[in-house]
Amino acid sequence: MRYEPFAPQAPVGASVRVGAVTGAAIVAVDHVFKHFTTPDGSELPVLEDINLTLHEGEIVALLGKSGSGKSTLLRCIAGLISPTQGTVTYRGTPLNGANPGVAMVFQSFALLPWLNVRANVELGLEARGVEPGERRTRAEQAIDRIGLDGFESAYPKELSGGMRQRVGFARALVVEPDALLMDEPFSALDVLTAENLRTELLTLWSGRDFPTKAILIVTHNIEEAVQMADRIFVLSSNPGRLRAAIVNEIARPRDRRSPEFEALVDKIYAIMTAPPGSEKGAPAPKVDPATASPIELPLPHASVGGLAGLLEILRNRGGRDELPELADLLTFEVDDLLPLVDAAHLLGFANIDKVELALTPLGDQWVGADILTSKEIFAGQALQRAPLVRAIVRALEATDDGTVDEQLFLDLLGRGFTPEEARAQLDTAIQWGRYGELFEYDSVEGQLLLPVADAPTGPPAPAGVGRVAPDGGGAAAAVGGGTVAPDGGVAAAGDPATGRGGPQAGEPGSPAGDGR
Amino acid sequence: MAMSRGRSFPTGGVLRRPRLSGVDLFVGGGIVALLYGVIRLAHAMGAPTATAHVGIAVSTGVAHLPYYAARSLLRMFIALGLSVVFTFVYATAAARSRRARVVLIPLLDILQSVPILGFLTVTITFFIALFPGSILGLECAAIFAIFTSQAWNMTFSMYHSLVSQPKELDEAARMFRLTKWERFWRLDVPSSMIGLVWNGMMSFGGGWFFLAASEAISVANHRYALPGIGSYVATAANKGDLAATFTAIVVMVVMVVAVNVLFWRPLVAWSEKFRVETAEAADSPRSITLDLLRRSHVPAALGRPLRPLSRTLDRLTRPFGLAEYPLHEAPVRRRAGDVAFTIVVGAAIAWGVYRGVLFLGHNAGFGQFPRCLGLGFLTFLRVVVLVIGSTLIWVPIGVKIGMNPRLARYAQPVVQVLASFPANFLFPLATVIFLAIHLSLNIGGVFLMALGAQWYILFNVIAGATSIPTDLREMADQFRLPWRQKWRQLILPAIFPFYVTGGITAAGGAWNASIVAEVVDYGKHHLAAQGLGAYITRATTAGNFAEVLTGVVVMSFYVVVVNRLVWRPLYHLAESRYAL
Repeated sequence: MRYEPFAPQAPVGASVRVGAVTGAAIVAVDHVFKHFTTPDGSELPVLEDINLTLHEGEIVALLGKSGSGKSTLLRCIAGLISPTQGTVTYRGTPLNGANPGVAMVFQSFALLPWLNVRANVELGLEARGVEPGERRTRAEQAIDRIGLDGFESAYPKELSGGMRQRVGFARALVVEPDALLMDEPFSALDVLTAENLRTELLTLWSGRDFPTKAILIVTHNIEEAVQMADRIFVLSSNPGRLRAAIVNEIARPRDRRSPEFEALVDKIYAIMTAPPGSEKGAPAPKVDPATASPIELPLPHASVGGLAGLLEILRNRGGRDELPELADLLTFEVDDLLPLVDAAHLLGFANIDKVELALTPLGDQWVGADILTSKEIFAGQALQRAPLVRAIVRALEATDDGTVDEQLFLDLLGRGFTPEEARAQLDTAIQWGRYGELFEYDSVEGQLLLPVADAPTGPPAPAGVGRVAPDGGGAAAAVGGGTVAPDGGVAAAGDPATGRGGPQAGEPGSPAGDGR
Repeated sequence: MAMSRGRSFPTGGVLRRPRLSGVDLFVGGGIVALLYGVIRLAHAMGAPTATAHVGIAVSTGVAHLPYYAARSLLRMFIALGLSVVFTFVYATAAARSRRARVVLIPLLDILQSVPILGFLTVTITFFIALFPGSILGLECAAIFAIFTSQAWNMTFSMYHSLVSQPKELDEAARMFRLTKWERFWRLDVPSSMIGLVWNGMMSFGGGWFFLAASEAISVANHRYALPGIGSYVATAANKGDLAATFTAIVVMVVMVVAVNVLFWRPLVAWSEKFRVETAEAADSPRSITLDLLRRSHVPAALGRPLRPLSRTLDRLTRPFGLAEYPLHEAPVRRRAGDVAFTIVVGAAIAWGVYRGVLFLGHNAGFGQFPRCLGLGFLTFLRVVVLVIGSTLIWVPIGVKIGMNPRLARYAQPVVQVLASFPANFLFPLATVIFLAIHLSLNIGGVFLMALGAQWYILFNVIAGATSIPTDLREMADQFRLPWRQKWRQLILPAIFPFYVTGGITAAGGAWNASIVAEVVDYGKHHLAAQGLGAYITRATTAGNFAEVLTGVVVMSFYVVVVNRLVWRPLYHLAESRYAL
């Protein structure tokens, strides 16, 4: 096992000398860039200067958080989309259409629901014009090998998730592809089924008559990558760059509890949670949350409820714990855990040191406070450290009527993000802002509005939003005119902090009328 | 919308048209250009001498009725077959070709907005000229009229299914290198099947109305009649023969029910296997006919000899290539193609509008437009009264039925049959009543239009009420919500998306019906109302094509404007706010 900092200039296949990897190159990715064009015409980098080669005889894992473009890269290799720049070659021939030498296994299985198991497996053979008799024999073999015998005439909807993915494997393997591409093939399955299927696939792989010469797997599960792959590429997010290439020389079969396995997992965790840019050896470009723009410092997609839940657990475990431990405890995968960790870090509620997450005093105070105080703390931190939330509040304060159309922010975000990501950014900011009672949101009109300041003569708050009480700071949450969205009480309803916080009267900052 | 529990008609996607805000002008121009083009074609081929001896005398003898009914049924199924073929070609072209889509989808929107009944005149003249001296022309015109009532909904439905096809299925099809032909039959058609069958069934029901209206019609002072149940009723009404009318109504009901039980229900139940959601729906539609067929060996025996055929077709279509497109395309060539395409399409429309305007100016004069707008307003008022009236009556009843699952299960097929039943069969009966109570057709016309249109509201409200989740209903009971609050906060929001769908369809149906409902004859009595429908009918009878064109353009204008200003915003609100 060896970890070497990745040098982006040289193709990875060339820079890494590995005992196991001596086979001929099957797929080569050469200086691939992928940009998406936003509706207003600007270019968004999704992949940046990717070089990698898939050789005969190896399993390669692409590991990254969501937004790292790992699925985009896989689809470039599959020939389903074209790179903006650079080439993908299959056995030396540049692709201009679906890659003829690979078959793919999909996260959502992608079986045709109206065909039974046998017909689904035969699909690729039929398309290649294989005669019915031979088709049948080969499909039978694949079905037997993958452990589906007896289910030939079943329809996908009669099968469990694990069995469906077996059909997905059989369908891919029956065409005897040069390389097998897998797009998070186990992430839609429960933990035990996934483990079972992984082990069986590895057994097949080590068998002598396995027709496929290489496997490329996209995953966000670090342990899965360490268990399966000979080489692991870690992608950074926004845009996706190759951050590290790790050669995994742990002997097979690999034991998850062996110290070397755990050491490698810890190492990859550290790489993935390190601030962007730091892997190059140069000092990381310092982004100051207090002055950064919403595009320089995007918000992690974390819900307030999830954040509170994570910190609550951290607090109960003595205020600090290692990320792999936390992920294990919650049976979370990296994609679930890291946004929460990033949000805690961004808001100053927790610090990350390598793989250890530690609660800050402020974080401790936030988790422990009653609902109103915690909202105040959150509002202060979000305003100071979450650029998009700050930008929205500033914009609202600058208008006469205290309302701004959400389209304005979507357009602004569109300069740096895809439309979906811009929407996700705004949704996160709206959730945070609503929780902190910094602003409100009318989802029908798509408008952001300042909370109505002290409205003693205003109409009574509609039933159902009564729990969003006016906070101590004086900004009232009660809104008239029917502009409050029904889920305006999101913080009160969906936040674990609420149930625990209760009316702890007398806490600093709680309104006079509350409790005593 | 929860499609598995209560289904709306038209199904979602049919109404979710592309954003056309800037294209509205294009749509308007397109209507004029298209209608003008059809008229010119008809004119060019119109040989007046050939039109004199077309059609046969229709007997009102009961013995002839089964034969007439069979002829009508045949017409319906031929039209359905044509609609399916049209749908396959048109929807695939629109979904797969970027350039074709730009033209085809707005064009479909136009076709859907034009009250096609008003154009029967033109199509009849056209088809008669195509087959001079033969009944085939009339047959074609009738089939074409039915086709136009079925095809648009089905096409929109399939187009919507194609563009919302799950991304990973598309990727799998490309990854496994299916040919174009294989992809169409293995992926595209199956994944569109549910919407296609459901919209086909409901449109087929709507088609009876057009069948009845097109079998017997007066164009340019000629009465044309085809052997069929529609002309049977028309003849009976002309003779003032109530008994024959009754018999025809009974036969019609039997036919509608039989087609439903023997054809559509089995198809709907069968199409469930094409549901893409992999979880089994709790209460999927069932059909006794289908169960019988599945138990017998006949379908398998019939299917066996077809298998080599499908294999041969697979092989023969191989040269058409893979369902793939090149990843790289030279941007310059692409841009140049776009520009050339835009110029050609724009020029064609501009020329059509120019010629159409000239034609109108020469033949009818633009003075007809203000007159038509005025008459159109009267018909518009009738449509408004109809929609409001149907809403007040059928929403409470529909909710009552829909909230009671047992009742809903029986009521929905009944309402479906009612909606399918061609309302124009009842016109003679209604006319007798109007004559007896001396009701002017100015008011009575609303009832005639409502005879067919109201059921869409009832049908969709039932579907909406059925789809209210049980836990929400139990919550309402548990909190003992007073009925007012329950309606305001639970029932009305929940049925709103379905109601809007029903409302659009009912209003569209009413506009179309006004063409046959604002002028009715019974025996020697002739009733007429003030309205755009009557205007079009009169122009049709007199053979004044320019006036027909003016009337239809103005009617399309009303339909489009009301859809844009009223229904579209409501539909948008329903989708964004009240979708369960």
